[in-house]
Amino acid sequence: MNIKVAQRGENVMKQDQPGQPVRRNDEANHELSIRVRDLDLWYGDFHALKSIDMDLYENNVTALIGPSGCGKSTFLRCLNRMNDLIPSVRLKGLVEMDGRDVNEAKMDEVALRRRVGMVFQKPNPFPKSIYDNIVYAPRMHDLVSRKADQDELVERALRDAGLWEEVKDKLHQPGTSLSGGQQQRLCIARAIAIQPDVILMDEPTSALDPISTATIEDLMDKLKQQFTIITVTHNMQQAARVADYTAFFHLGEVIEYNDTKTMFSNPHTKKAEDYITGRYG
Amino acid sequence: MKQSFDDISAQLRARHRKSARLKWASMGALGLAALFLVLFFADMLIKGTPAFQQAQIEVEVSYTEQASQLPLAAVNEDVRQLVSRGYLRLIPGRMRDNPDLLGATSMEWVLADGQVDQYLKGHHSKLNDRQKAVVDRLEQEGRAELRFNTRFFTSGDSKMPELAGIASAAMGTVLTLMVTLAVAFPIGVMTAVYLEEFAPDNRFTQLIEININNLAAIPSILFGLLGLAIFINFFGVPRSTPIVGGLTLALMTLPVIIISTRTALRSVPDSIRHAAFGVGCSRWQMVRDHVLPIAMPGIMTGSIIGLAQAMGETAPLIIIGMVAFIPDVSTSISDAATVLPAQIFTWAGEPDRAFIEKTSGGILVLLAVLISLNASAVVLRKRFERRW
Repeated sequence: MNIKVAQRGENVMKQDQPGQPVRRNDEANHELSIRVRDLDLWYGDFHALKSIDMDLYENNVTALIGPSGCGKSTFLRCLNRMNDLIPSVRLKGLVEMDGRDVNEAKMDEVALRRRVGMVFQKPNPFPKSIYDNIVYAPRMHDLVSRKADQDELVERALRDAGLWEEVKDKLHQPGTSLSGGQQQRLCIARAIAIQPDVILMDEPTSALDPISTATIEDLMDKLKQQFTIITVTHNMQQAARVADYTAFFHLGEVIEYNDTKTMFSNPHTKKAEDYITGRYG
Repeated sequence: MKQSFDDISAQLRARHRKSARLKWASMGALGLAALFLVLFFADMLIKGTPAFQQAQIEVEVSYTEQASQLPLAAVNEDVRQLVSRGYLRLIPGRMRDNPDLLGATSMEWVLADGQVDQYLKGHHSKLNDRQKAVVDRLEQEGRAELRFNTRFFTSGDSKMPELAGIASAAMGTVLTLMVTLAVAFPIGVMTAVYLEEFAPDNRFTQLIEININNLAAIPSILFGLLGLAIFINFFGVPRSTPIVGGLTLALMTLPVIIISTRTALRSVPDSIRHAAFGVGCSRWQMVRDHVLPIAMPGIMTGSIIGLAQAMGETAPLIIIGMVAFIPDVSTSISDAATVLPAQIFTWAGEPDRAFIEKTSGGILVLLAVLISLNASAVVLRKRFERRW
């Protein structure tokens, strides 16, 4: 990433290795969660991701920003192999977690998704009760068996998602009977119930009203203590509010990857600066 | 140049008139279709409801020694031709089972001969003038009347119209449909699940889909020929049984079930599948736990409709021989049987005029079952349809 940016002749601060953002000097966690090296992706003939290098850190919120169609969601889906569901996708490069290449033949994508959860743009709770929504996956992964353990797990997940007080009396009502913001928090509770390592959030608040958005942004801040959160957002101000690190995507490439403060106050690349100051979107 | 509202309205008048004409034309088409339906039902009801009544006459029955050998002797000579021979044939057996009857005499309501029934209903009958006079006398004395025909629903086919009933055909239909359901439903649903959820989208699967759609449009009589050639001639399945009838109808219903199941599966939004993958479901878990429960009402509706179609099929079952004369109601799937449409077809071909009303009565019963099957499909869908 170093070399590419330098060739465009733009002002950039020297970095040690490709993929690493400019580090903050505070006590932010710098343990590596996921490492991406030289990732290319094609939708048929369309080259959607071009040589992506990125290090994603544990217990941090990393935001992926950029204009529409620049590959942010595609990149996010590479991290839990949801792109496998699209037949025309072709992949090249390394996505590494825990020292293992997630795309190798020996890697079971079900095992990967056990450790990398996902929250989608439009809330999609299962058409079951609130209780069953949360307890379904842990039961399937053999994490709980006794009723008392199941009840405890549901309560803990709902508390961590900030939804317990609102639904504790109606756990057996269908998940779809909740409001949009509540449904999204239910989906977050469902994702954290199996205690993954990483939670991917694909524009989680774009379909919600401002109050629900604020609630979920507070949630992200709280959840990062337990999980690594990587979120795609169309809303720059949201990235500025919640993220520790921000990556700016443009036409399938990562133009800049910095800690958020630097990205929004002193971006190193002209393209990022133009985007952030609103000259194009 | 600006146009005022009045200018524009004037131009629109022709368009509005055309719209009104189209509207009246489509309402007219609907009215015509409704008229055909009403005429059909009225005709069936008028012709068929008499089948639910059967003539009975009150005569003196003497259980003599002679009667146990020659049942005709049990009744008076002048009514001998007016009592149903089927009833008379039962007398020796009754006398054997109940020895106390020997020597007794009683006035009993007995089933009248089919011609008496036709005469009382006002149709042409084969009674001669003397017999007609006897029947008139009995009627005046209140000893001849039309009563509800339970025999129509409880007994099987018979050469004597007064004894003919649809019970054997109904049981045959039930058994055949059970075999059809047991074969076509699991195979059809599993095939559709595989094609929709698991199979890759390539030329081969597209070819399969085209072929299944074509199979649904094949004339049903060809399935009968197929059943004859494969099941009866090659595999040696007994002819005219619910097994072979059910297998043949299953072949016919399979494409319908596959297509309706695929439609039901497609109506499940992809967001549910993504959510299931997101929490780490394997593909089969995703289908079993999330997609199938949501699609099940649609699958069942489609299967019931397919079954209702199969129920009315006559041609393929005629080819495999289910037009046999079946007087006894059998409950085994390997005994020869007939089905409701085939029974109607047989009765329609009978020379005795008394069978005309039986034919229409059978049609009414078949229609009643079909309508209730389709209605239950609609009710099922309404009840289990989930709202998002």
